[in-house]
Amino acid sequence: MVHPDQVRAAIHQALPDASVEVEDLTGGGDHLQVSVVSSAFAGLSRVKQHQLVYGALRSELASEAIHALALQTSTPNA
Amino acid sequence: MDSALQARLEALVASSPIVVFMKGTKLMPQCGFSNNVVQILNALAVPFETFDVLSDMEIRQGIKEFSDWPTIPQVYVNGEFIGGSDILIEMYNSGELKEKLAVALA
Repeated sequence: MVHPDQVRAAIHQALPDASVEVEDLTGGGDHLQVSVVSSAFAGLSRVKQHQLVYGALRSELASEAIHALALQTSTPNA
Repeated sequence: MDSALQARLEALVASSPIVVFMKGTKLMPQCGFSNNVVQILNALAVPFETFDVLSDMEIRQGIKEFSDWPTIPQVYVNGEFIGGSDILIEMYNSGELKEKLAVALA
């Protein structure tokens, strides 16, 4: 499990302008819903947008500290 | 990734116009996210093949590297990775998925 603050910090490190919302779906810290708004997503496919976020959380996902991650990405103007 | 595994994965994603790597089977998905994808494709009434990653550890890890995508399910259309559960839901809701699959199956 991870704390939502850790998730926010990891995403901010990769995407400094991002506005990040983390919701812990079960209270167990391993089923998270995350939405990220960042100008870095402009012009990228959804797969590439999600890959940027997954990249920021690579170690947490690989260790299965985060078991399930529902992800939504968008750009500030969208 | 070793070349035999790479070749296996390439053959699997190309084995049908729509291929889903999932946990469990179409009839018995073993994970809510995999179930979402199956339900969406069933709702669109398109033919698709599935591969149960729980049956094969090598593929389970390999497919994540193959697509640079850390989670299962993964959906491939004509060999191209189009996303996992979240993206499929979004594309389904916008109508984009129906269009894309119609073109892919034409």
